[in-house]
Amino acid sequence: MTSFRINGRPVTPSFPDDTPLLWVIRDGIGLTGTKFGCGIGMCGACTVHVGGRATRSCITPLSAVDGADVTTIEGLDPAGQHPLQKAWIALQVPQCGYCQSGQIMQAAAMLADFPEPSDRDIDAVMAGNLCRCMTYIRIRAAIRQAAGELKGADSHG
Amino acid sequence: MFRRIVIGLALALVLGLGGFAAFAWRPSIAPIARPAASDFSADLVARGAVLASGGYCATCHTTRGGKPLAGGRAMVTAFGTLYSTNITPDPETGIGNWSEEAFRRAMHDGVARDGSHLFPAFPYDHFTKLSDADVHALYAWLMTRPAVAAPARSNALPFPLGIRALQAGWKLLFFKPGRFAPDPAHDAAWNRGAYLAEALGHCGACHTPRNGLGAEKRDAAYAGASIDNWVAPPLTGANPAPVPWTSDELAAYLGTGISRFHGTAAGPMAPVVHEGLAKLSPEDLKAVVRYVASLGGGDARAAEAAPVIAKALVADRSSLGPLADADARLYTAACASCHYNAGTQPNPLRPDLALNSAVSLSDPTNLIRVILYGISAKDGAPAIVMPGFSGFSDADVARICAHLRRTRTSLPPWSDLEKSVARIRAEGRGDY
Repeated sequence: MTSFRINGRPVTPSFPDDTPLLWVIRDGIGLTGTKFGCGIGMCGACTVHVGGRATRSCITPLSAVDGADVTTIEGLDPAGQHPLQKAWIALQVPQCGYCQSGQIMQAAAMLADFPEPSDRDIDAVMAGNLCRCMTYIRIRAAIRQAAGELKGADSHG
Repeated sequence: MFRRIVIGLALALVLGLGGFAAFAWRPSIAPIARPAASDFSADLVARGAVLASGGYCATCHTTRGGKPLAGGRAMVTAFGTLYSTNITPDPETGIGNWSEEAFRRAMHDGVARDGSHLFPAFPYDHFTKLSDADVHALYAWLMTRPAVAAPARSNALPFPLGIRALQAGWKLLFFKPGRFAPDPAHDAAWNRGAYLAEALGHCGACHTPRNGLGAEKRDAAYAGASIDNWVAPPLTGANPAPVPWTSDELAAYLGTGISRFHGTAAGPMAPVVHEGLAKLSPEDLKAVVRYVASLGGGDARAAEAAPVIAKALVADRSSLGPLADADARLYTAACASCHYNAGTQPNPLRPDLALNSAVSLSDPTNLIRVILYGISAKDGAPAIVMPGFSGFSDADVARICAHLRRTRTSLPPWSDLEKSVARIRAEGRGDY
């Protein structure tokens, strides 16, 4: 039996060990902000955080997260006010919106590793998150804006 | 005349067989009533617990998801499949009716209580070096575990390999019974590390290659070997990792599961670190590091690290961007979001693949395994996950491996990669 915490809450879902974490999150736990895209870890729509690291949940078996902390878009910020979420709204990043929770989760993990990301950093880390509406330019701008806010918060906090 | 020869040969055969039988025979040691937990002091049991962790008893003697120490784990060898046995104190199916003398004989001589020879899948060739005091503590710990009724599974060994008496011959050829003897050329800390690594931790059981009859090659100690469908890398100077395994890196790897330059403890090495070495006292872990570092001589090569790291970070960036190279594009989309590094030092949680051991080994097995099956939260770097890319075709996994080998190392390319991926996919994920 696999137990883990999702957005801070302990869960022990009764699914077979090899069930993709994405299925457990959506169908078992009922959090549907995380999306299914390609199913082979090549589009990024299913990105969640495991132990704070961006992780493709569609190719992560349930057994792999035993004891881990999983965060989904619903848990990124209790009020939906993470600097990335604010920047996303301010810049009206999404078009259809389907890939955006994965984009935001990937970007949030990236800013933890690269607080002041260069264009190369953004390209390298975000390249695995596809957007068929081609919102890439706005994604990059929103990441820069959020990075600025996070940095400001650091220097004033 | 002919009759005489036949009779003579028959007599020789009978005498030979009789002689071997007498040589191979070991007495049964009388069963005892299961000792009460109160027979053992809490201190002794606690010491036994640490030793049992450092010897990974539970790793082999427990199935995935099964009751601890109840046995049944399959060990696939070149000779057939063996199943570990129940070492809980259940008197019927475990070792509850084994006296300490019987247990000590099993550990030191590889003979079960009933007098039958044990197969060397049980590493008594290492445990023979354990002190009587440590065997005493291990006995106390085992006898105070919850008893589980779980009969042993029959081994699947082809005739005549399953005949236990023949193990006496194997022992004659390859087994040197005897306690650990400190090497006076080294100090106490080194010798403590050697004792823990050789007698208890049986590092050589995986990291030393075996001969045609399954015995560790004494003249190739720690030269690296294939084990459980993984590669146990050399611990000697032949280790091909680009950054030398210094004492600092070994301490990080063996103590936490991550070396910022070499990668994380995956596969059969994961429980060694997280369930084994993690339980040793800091001094004992330091002693193990001291001993293992001396095998490869990494500290003397410490200065090689800086230029190698700088070069690796440049190589890391070479695969990026909208490149014409389809392999690089595949790498960028599948791997770079987690493995890309910027700055002057790799982030240990973004394992740098130009430095990672799996990319520089002569055998791509470990790299393919990790790509296909990932690393779970309890293995590798604790509480984080690498997902498994088994949805990729054999060709795409092979392309990523070939790309890394070509752009991150100056080593010869791996041959038949696609076939290797197909084989490893067919082997399945296994227990790790």
